[in-house]
Amino acid sequence: MARMTMIEAVRSAMDVSMERDDNVVVFGEDVGYFGGVFRCTQGLQAKYGKTRCFDAPISESGIVGTAIGMAAYGLKPCVEIQFADYMYPAYDQITQEAARIRYRSNGDFTCPIVLRMPTGGGIFGGQTHSQSPEALFTHVCGLKVVVPSNPYDAKGLLIASIEDPDPVMFLEPKRLYNGPFDGHHDRPVIPWSKHDLGEVPEGHYTVPIGKAEVRRQGSAVTVVAYGTMVHVALAAAEETGIDAEVIDLRSLLPLDLDTIVKSVEKTGRCVVVHEATLTSGFGGEVASLVQEHCFYHLEAPVVRVAGWDTPYPHAQEWDYFPGPARVRRALVEVMEA
Amino acid sequence: MSDLDRLSLHVPEPAVRPGGQPDFSNVKIPKAGSVPRPDVDVAPEEMRDLAYSIIRVLNRDGEAVGPWAGLLSDDELLSGLRHMMLLRAFDARMVMAQRQGKTSFYMQHLGEEAVSCAFRKALVKGDMNFPTYRQAGLLIADGYPMVEMMNQIFSNESDPLRGRQLPIMYSSKEHGFFTISGNLATQYVQAVGWAMASAIKRDTKIAAAWIGDGSTAESDFHSALVFASTYKAPVILNIVNNQWAISTFQGIARGGSGTFAARGLGFGIPALRVDGNDYLAVYAVAKWAAERARRNLGPTLIEYVTYRVGAHSTSDDPSAYRPKTESEAWPLGDPVLRLKKHLILRGAWSEERHAQAEAEIVDEVIQAQKQAEGHGTLHAGGKPSVRDIFEGVYAEMPPHIRRQRQKAGY
Repeated sequence: MARMTMIEAVRSAMDVSMERDDNVVVFGEDVGYFGGVFRCTQGLQAKYGKTRCFDAPISESGIVGTAIGMAAYGLKPCVEIQFADYMYPAYDQITQEAARIRYRSNGDFTCPIVLRMPTGGGIFGGQTHSQSPEALFTHVCGLKVVVPSNPYDAKGLLIASIEDPDPVMFLEPKRLYNGPFDGHHDRPVIPWSKHDLGEVPEGHYTVPIGKAEVRRQGSAVTVVAYGTMVHVALAAAEETGIDAEVIDLRSLLPLDLDTIVKSVEKTGRCVVVHEATLTSGFGGEVASLVQEHCFYHLEAPVVRVAGWDTPYPHAQEWDYFPGPARVRRALVEVMEA
Repeated sequence: MSDLDRLSLHVPEPAVRPGGQPDFSNVKIPKAGSVPRPDVDVAPEEMRDLAYSIIRVLNRDGEAVGPWAGLLSDDELLSGLRHMMLLRAFDARMVMAQRQGKTSFYMQHLGEEAVSCAFRKALVKGDMNFPTYRQAGLLIADGYPMVEMMNQIFSNESDPLRGRQLPIMYSSKEHGFFTISGNLATQYVQAVGWAMASAIKRDTKIAAAWIGDGSTAESDFHSALVFASTYKAPVILNIVNNQWAISTFQGIARGGSGTFAARGLGFGIPALRVDGNDYLAVYAVAKWAAERARRNLGPTLIEYVTYRVGAHSTSDDPSAYRPKTESEAWPLGDPVLRLKKHLILRGAWSEERHAQAEAEIVDEVIQAQKQAEGHGTLHAGGKPSVRDIFEGVYAEMPPHIRRQRQKAGY
C-alpha cells in the first residue's frame, strides 16, 4: 500500500495498465512530454515511449475520432480530454460513433476506449472549466459513465474502465485531485495522505463498474451522491446530526439501483445531490427511479440539491457550488416533511 | 470610409439550374496521359500542380496512355469491368426492390462505379476502409456475397446487422469495410486513428478514408487532415467529388479553394486529382498512394472527379435542382462504357461478350435476390427478433436494459 493523491492514483492506473497490456495507449492535449495540465500522465512517455503516450493536436473530435479508429484496430486507447467542458466538439464522435459501433455492426467492430476528463468546479475555473456534463453521457445508450470520489476507487475504476470492452466516460472531480474536499472552502485543505481512501495498492486491482458503495450507514434518510458531493454530503450529515446514509454511486451508468432501493426502503427518505445543473440532471433520473421502486416506503418527497440552472459563474463560485449549507437545509427539509 | 461600397454576401450558385442548358465548360479536362507521375517519395511541395489537374489514362479513343498507364493485365481489367457491371446491376435491382416496398431506402452508385471498384484492387487483405454510403464497390470487388448485402438491405432474418441499421450501412471487418455510420465525416478521422494504430504496432496494414465533396466541410475532415499530417499516418484520404451533395452543388463546400484536392496542400499532404470515371486512372493513383503509405511515407489525399448520375437516394428527386440532361453532358463519360471500349480495343472483349456478360450478371443478381428474399424483406417474411433491439448495446447486458427487454415481452 502507498499513500496517493487522486492524480497519482489515476497515473498509477494507467501505468499498471500500460505495463500489463501493450495495446493500451494514452494521448491527449499536453499529456506527452509535459505529463498533462493536472500532471496525471507525468512520466508515462518517458517510461513507455512516444508512440504509447503522446501529445495530440487541440481537436477533441480528432482525439476521440482517432481513438475510435485505434480501438477498431485492436488497441485500447485511454485518452484525456483536458477539461470535461472541452468534450463538446467530440460529442458526435462520442454519442453517434463510440457508443453505437458495437450495436450497429452487431459486434463486428467494438470500441473499448476510455475518455478521462476532469469535471466539476471548486477551482475558480469559470464557466468553461467547471462543468459537470455527466447527464449528457448517461442519456446515451452504449456508454458507461464513472465518477470516482477518492484515490482508491479512482485507480480501481480506471483499470476496470481500461479493461472494459465498451466505451467509458471517466469523469475525475478535479477538486478532489489533491484532497477530500467537503465544500468548506474557507477551511485548510486536507490532503489525501490524511484520509483512509488515500491508501492505494501499488499494483493491479479493479473496482467493479456498476457497484455503488455506502460511505456512511444511517437509518433516517438516504443521500445519493457521487464525486465531490460525496464528501459534501458526509460533512452535512455530521453537521446536522441527522442519521443519514450516504451512498457514493461511483458508476452512474450502469447504475447500482439495488443499493439505492435497499437503502431508501430502510430510511423512507431520499436526497439526491450533484454539482451539475438541476433541470434534466442525473438527480432527476435517480428521483424518478426512487419513486418508481420505493413509492410505498417513502415518508417524504425526494429532494434534489444541485447547481443552479445558470452557467457556472466565476466570482460567485461558492454561491453556486451546492455546498454543505444547502445539503444541510435539504436534510432538515426532508426530515420535517 | 465613405468612398467604399457597402458589403455584400457572396453565395455561390451552380452554372445551370433546371430548364437551363447543361454546361460543364468550367470543368477543365486535361488530355489523357498529360499529367506526370512523380516518384512516391517526392516532396509534396514539388507536386502541387497535381492537386489542380486531372490524372487521366483512357483517352477518347479508349487507349491507355501516359505515365499512369500500363499497370493492369487483360484479366485484371476484365474482372474490374465485371465488378462495375455487377454493382450497376445490383443497384438497378435494389432501386426496383425499394420501389416495390421490399426495403425503405437505397443509395445507388450510377456513374461512380469505377471509384470504389478500382480502388479496392489497390488494397490487400487486412487493410481497412472507412467508407461512406456510396462505396459498395469495395465489397463487390472483394467478393463479399451479394446475398449478405441484400439480407442487410431487406433487414430480414439473415441480416448480419440484425435489423438495426438503415439499408446499405454494411459492416464487414473480414472484407476491410468499417461499419457505416450514416452521419457524415466521422469515419474520416477514425480511419486516421486506425492507420496510426497500425503504425504504433509496427504492422504493415494501411487504412483508407472516404468522404464526399459536401462533407469535406465538416470539422472531422479537417481534424483528420491535421492528425494524418502530424503523425504521417499510413492512410489514403479519398474525396469522391460527384458534384452534388443532395441538392447542394460542390461549390458550397469547396468555396474559393479551386479544388478539393488542394485542401491537402496546406497540411503538407501530397494531393492527387484524378478522373473518377477512368478505372485505370483510379487504380493507378490508388496504387501510388498505397505504396506511399506502405513505405511509411505518410498520407495521400485523392480527389476523384466524377458525377452522381442518379438521385442522392431513393428519397431524392434531382430534377428539382439540376437539369435532367446534365449527366449526359458530363465530360468524363461513363466508367463502364469507357473500360469496355478500352478492352475491345485491346482485343480482350467484344460487343457480343459484353451483351452476354450483362445478361449473365443480371441473372446472377436475380438469383441472389431470390435467395435473400427467401429470408424475408422489410415488411414480409422472416425478420430479426425484437430481442435484437436489446442485444449488443453493451458486451454484457446491464440490468436496466434487461428489465426493459422483459417489459417488451422478450
